[in-house]
Amino acid sequence: MVSYILRRIVATLPVMAIVALFVFSLLYIAPGDPAVVIAGDQASPADVERIRQSLGLDRPFLVQFGSWLWHILHGDLGTSIFTSLPVSTLIAQRIEPTLSLMATALVLTILIAVPLGVVAAWKAGSWIDRSIMAFAVFGFSLPVFVIGYILAYVFALKLEWLPVQGYTPMAEGFWPWLQNLILPAVALGCVYIALIARITRASMLEVLQQDYIRTARAKGLGMPSILFVHALKNAAVPIVTVIGIGIALLIGGAVVTESVFAIPGLGRLTIDAILRRDYPVIQGIVLLFSFLYVLVNLMVDVIYTLVDPRIRY
Amino acid sequence: MDRRTLLKGLAGVGSLAATGGVSMPALSQGAAARTLRFVPQANLANFDPIWGTQYVVRNAAALVWDTLYGIDATLQPQRQMVESEDVTDDGLTWTFRLRSGLKFHDGELVRSKDVIASLTRWSARDPMGLMIKALQQELTAVDDRTFKLVLKQPYPKLLYALGKNNTPIAFIMPERIAQTDPFKQITDYVGSGPMKFAKAEWVPGAKAVFEKFTDYAPRQEKASWLAGGKQILIDRLEWVVIPDPATAAAALQNGEVDWWESPITDLVPVLKSNRNINVDIADPLGNVGSFRMNHLYPPFNDVRARRAVLMAMSQEDYMRALVGDDTSLWKPLPGFFTPGTPLYSEVGGEILKGKRDLDAAKKLLAESGYSGQPVTCLVAQDQPITKAQGDVTADLLKKLGMNVDFVATDWGTVGSRRAAKTPPGQGGWQMFHTWHAGADCINPAPYNAIRANGDKAWFGWPTSDAAEKEVVAWFEAKNLDEEKAAVDRLNKAALEDVVYAPTGFFLGYTAWRKNVSGVTKGPLPFFWGVSKTA
Repeated sequence: MVSYILRRIVATLPVMAIVALFVFSLLYIAPGDPAVVIAGDQASPADVERIRQSLGLDRPFLVQFGSWLWHILHGDLGTSIFTSLPVSTLIAQRIEPTLSLMATALVLTILIAVPLGVVAAWKAGSWIDRSIMAFAVFGFSLPVFVIGYILAYVFALKLEWLPVQGYTPMAEGFWPWLQNLILPAVALGCVYIALIARITRASMLEVLQQDYIRTARAKGLGMPSILFVHALKNAAVPIVTVIGIGIALLIGGAVVTESVFAIPGLGRLTIDAILRRDYPVIQGIVLLFSFLYVLVNLMVDVIYTLVDPRIRY
Repeated sequence: MDRRTLLKGLAGVGSLAATGGVSMPALSQGAAARTLRFVPQANLANFDPIWGTQYVVRNAAALVWDTLYGIDATLQPQRQMVESEDVTDDGLTWTFRLRSGLKFHDGELVRSKDVIASLTRWSARDPMGLMIKALQQELTAVDDRTFKLVLKQPYPKLLYALGKNNTPIAFIMPERIAQTDPFKQITDYVGSGPMKFAKAEWVPGAKAVFEKFTDYAPRQEKASWLAGGKQILIDRLEWVVIPDPATAAAALQNGEVDWWESPITDLVPVLKSNRNINVDIADPLGNVGSFRMNHLYPPFNDVRARRAVLMAMSQEDYMRALVGDDTSLWKPLPGFFTPGTPLYSEVGGEILKGKRDLDAAKKLLAESGYSGQPVTCLVAQDQPITKAQGDVTADLLKKLGMNVDFVATDWGTVGSRRAAKTPPGQGGWQMFHTWHAGADCINPAPYNAIRANGDKAWFGWPTSDAAEKEVVAWFEAKNLDEEKAAVDRLNKAALEDVVYAPTGFFLGYTAWRKNVSGVTKGPLPFFWGVSKTA
């Protein structure tokens, strides 16, 4: 297993290299010029050109790419064109809110979606099943920002239970931290809950038809034990797969959620960087997200072996 | 239900909650009364007011760096860091003396050498600074508090240039910082202004913090815009970046923030209905909407085509699309200069007044030789002002029988593409939309959009010798009457040659909680004199 994990980590390197080249090329050919944004409306073309030169944006593509790659290999993600702060500093400032948001949404999703899917499968065809699936369709159909506004309206403005915006670091206390995350995590998790609940139901339905489930029932095992110990474990592989794939959904959703709830995370950093054409920041974040995604896939593969002993690498 | 309606509904319910007298959430109750939380118009992404000229940078910089002179609410330059100035009869030699006791945030005294380095850096980037630099024979320190500027020829607008509020402002920095290449960003934010920048707490895109500079020595006069005594009545100012307007409105109603610089007009009615919130016009100088035509390529290289567009356009259509039906917020602008300011002019504005004559416009367009070629119209969709104007223009051009190539894109792309002088089919363009702060349109000095010096002019590269002649006449004017006469002639010439198309004059609101007092109207948010109670 250890050698497998090491091989997989090594295998991520070419993937990351391709991602890096792809992102760099895309930004190079994309319209827009950070020098123009920096220079402002009063600047002359000569001023814009001087700023472009000072940023090194006038160099040929391969030179720029080579320089960037060289720095990456030395652990340097570069410096933001606009803030003059190291990209790694900007990411470090923003990673806690985003990871907190994603982790809270993920935990919330698993705690809600899996039991809902299991119950829906158990009560397949009943009003409970139909209600859960209707909720899933609803959750899947509503855009994240709409859910966010509704939650803010009810729980922040009307009931005044939770704040509308912002983020409090965990270092300042668990409850203040959680208080700022509840609404955004629910908003972000809704789509994900819907997806996982549906997958769990489908996977459980298949498992519940198996002979060993009938045997368990015949042995007199209680329903909770049958559903959550025997059936769920055997239905887990597709659920874990979708949870892994869904991380990409969470990353995309975090961008919107962070804007709606004014959370200073990586999503907002990404949007700001794209609008201003802050290339080093965009490249740094995309690389980070790509790495995270590869890492999640690796974790999913490892979890397979835990939930299904037949799977060996 | 569309998104806009949903936003209104959300903010409206917040208003009801607030007017019902319910308590603020725990998050805001703990906040210190002497901390003011402010939602700026945009993200403070960099903090060098010479290198980056965005308004948000200027607004923050005005807290941290002081100026030699400051423009007041009457648009006149007043002494700020300067104690006195002396000019020779020929207008060539200026001797300035700094006030005593001026200190930087690091405890160092402000000296002449700091001023010289700062003016040198500023003059490399600012249009008026460049003019002064071209006329400058000598800029030297006489002693620590006295410096001398010798010019080759008189420059009557010198004090205005040193105190103007248009970007880049001539902020005074310590010499070690001001010696930075003007095309490279500074990373040390020490100034001598009334507040210090808390660099360690700066999270670009989220938060910027300023703390009261206790050693600041304000002038004794009453504060007026960038002039007078900048008394800071709070200990700490937090700029909280909230990109979503509905969230900002909700946060203001909840008391999570105290002052929102630029609420969108859709949300103003619900903010006005909240008994805890004041709403008022932010800047009486407002904004001028505009679109520019490319004078280098057909059809708009022919003045008849440009005039045809002006004859057909309805400024009311633009303003209603942009601001809405609140007519107190906008007015037609048959000229280029900011209404309500001394140089405002309507001379030559008949082409934009009265009933629109589409038939005459079509005839004039046909005379220009236009025969259906595509007109590339760049419209940034991520800026509400440009999007609204672009939609009206597309309709206008179609009514004129033009073949519109509507390029819906983002502001970053427009900013880059508008600089392309290549033909429209090869990456160039024929039209793009923008707007100008009214503060930039009060006279020709900061107003590069009115310039018509061909290759050196702003995007669209208009050429109008008549307009340029009057710009020079304004710079040389010796009194207000001469200035007015020059601007009247400039307004007429610029409309005749259609340097650009003004789409109207519009105002914006600002909103703050009622426990905040001292908010004044102006081209930027002024924090001196602002206080807050618990």
